[in-house]
Amino acid sequence: MSGRGRRITDEEINELISKLQALLPAESRRRNAGRMSASKLLKETCSYIKSLHREVDDLSDRLAGLMTTMDSNSPQAEIIRGLLRS
Amino acid sequence: MYRRSFKDTRSSLGSPNPNFSKPMVALRFLRALSLVRRSGLGACSPSYRARGIRRAAYACMAASAGPRRAWSRALLRKIRRRPGRGLRRPRAVIWRHRPVGGGDRLEVALRRLVPGGGCMEYCRLLEEAADYVKCLAMQVRLMQTIVDSASHV
Repeated sequence: MSGRGRRITDEEINELISKLQALLPAESRRRNAGRMSASKLLKETCSYIKSLHREVDDLSDRLAGLMTTMDSNSPQAEIIRGLLRS
Repeated sequence: MYRRSFKDTRSSLGSPNPNFSKPMVALRFLRALSLVRRSGLGACSPSYRARGIRRAAYACMAASAGPRRAWSRALLRKIRRRPGRGLRRPRAVIWRHRPVGGGDRLEVALRRLVPGGGCMEYCRLLEEAADYVKCLAMQVRLMQTIVDSASHV
């Protein structure tokens, strides 16, 4: 890690690491109680991003399937109302 | 090369983008969905529609995050340049400004996963990854909500 940027201190990197750790899902945080090492965090983040990509693909497939059954504007209006309420 | 001070980094991580609120993203995405629906519903195969929806999802996510993020700019560039192609095609130009240290395998993997992550310095990469994860998670929750609502109609 040294030599990458003279102006970036370890403290800054540590703070970014803990912020990133806070964004990971709860089960990942439970498994790695306390501070994670940088490499563990990178690994968890990579697998989390990959799983999110897979979920987007899966939900896109489901939405594509549902589109054939949705016909008029009224279901969408209901969904919009529901989303704006929450 | 513009290098932000640490104070800027901290404030940008904490302050939310005013454009990126849940109703705004939802409306943008629903509008995109209705466009996908109107553009030839009967003739397309579900997998083609699914690809259109996925592209719309990433486009709406990037558009809502705004141009101040490197990942959203990179995503929009990718989507607008090649309509209809796959979203996660690796590009040779990513390695043009490879960091001198080489980076370990995990850092390289993260650079591949975060859009536009190839050329950044390490600190910036972590920051962009955090924002990308946040927005991706929100997009997934949004799509899940839509699917749940549509299934119960």
